[in-house]
Amino acid sequence: MSGNVGIVIVSHSPKVAEGAADMVRQMVGAEVPVAWTGGNADGGLGTSVPAIMEAIEKAWSEAGVAILVDLGGAETNSEMAVEMLDGDRQGKVVVCNAPIVEGAVIAAAEAASGAPLSLVKKIAEELSPQ
Amino acid sequence: MVLRAEEVRRLIEATAKTVIAEADRLTALDQAIGDGDHGINMKRGFEAVLADLDGLAQKPLPDAVKSVGTHLVMKVGGASGPLYGTLFLTLGKELPAEFDRPAIAKAFDAAFAAVKARGKSDVGQKTMLDVLGPVRDALAYGVDNGWGDRIKQTANAAAEATVPMKAVRGRASFLGDRSIGHMDPGACSSALMIGAIVDCLESGAA
Repeated sequence: MSGNVGIVIVSHSPKVAEGAADMVRQMVGAEVPVAWTGGNADGGLGTSVPAIMEAIEKAWSEAGVAILVDLGGAETNSEMAVEMLDGDRQGKVVVCNAPIVEGAVIAAAEAASGAPLSLVKKIAEELSPQ
Repeated sequence: MVLRAEEVRRLIEATAKTVIAEADRLTALDQAIGDGDHGINMKRGFEAVLADLDGLAQKPLPDAVKSVGTHLVMKVGGASGPLYGTLFLTLGKELPAEFDRPAIAKAFDAAFAAVKARGKSDVGQKTMLDVLGPVRDALAYGVDNGWGDRIKQTANAAAEATVPMKAVRGRASFLGDRSIGHMDPGACSSALMIGAIVDCLESGAA
């Protein structure tokens, strides 16, 4: 098990989410736990709270998990999923305000260095103009 | 008032069926200014609610309302899932088992605040809040003989009032000025649900 921060990618499209995860793995290999999810409960474009919770579980690290999202519903559903986690896990999962592909790659690169969750989030969010 | 099991059932069933019956219209509104899935998503959520109707009807109303919220969170799949989920979860949390219309107003006020926080939005941004806000105010106005009609008219007029608004939140905001001239789909679904709930309460279910 890696002690590094885990990365979860949440897109409306499973293809986008999986593709972004491929790019992350190419960068960091197995040094960082990575999971992705995309699509609604019927397999159409959208996001799913239970699927996001599963992805968080898959990428779980005691150092925490950073979630990268694409559009509005992915963010809202991710925030909802975080609130539905057990109390002690909630504080260790953050949703990053960053572009999904670039954010995931740079967050994972930072995580691979052993950076704490707060720094992983900060580095990813530097990609978004405030 | 305390709702009996068959009244809880009727209230939830009427709300779900109203949304499902209007799913095509909600989707058409969303195709105009969004990603075109609002009706489909809400239908998926409320079909999950209907599938659990027997279980929901066995619960006291506040617990049943909370469970409706959980179904929507788990099934809807778009931003409307957590938004409507938060609305119903908060209503259920705030409503006492024995409630009157002032208690509905108080619970609704809390639910409105929770949806605002969930969506990081406020009234005036062409969203469901543009219906929930005026309805909250109408509920806070008090209880009189015209209670039901007043709430419904407020909701419908508020949904209509989103037509000339420019979206600044959600997918519709990507369209900028082109979002003007269409009713917000979330405002529409909110008005539909509020109408169905008020009709049920006024028809003697409570």
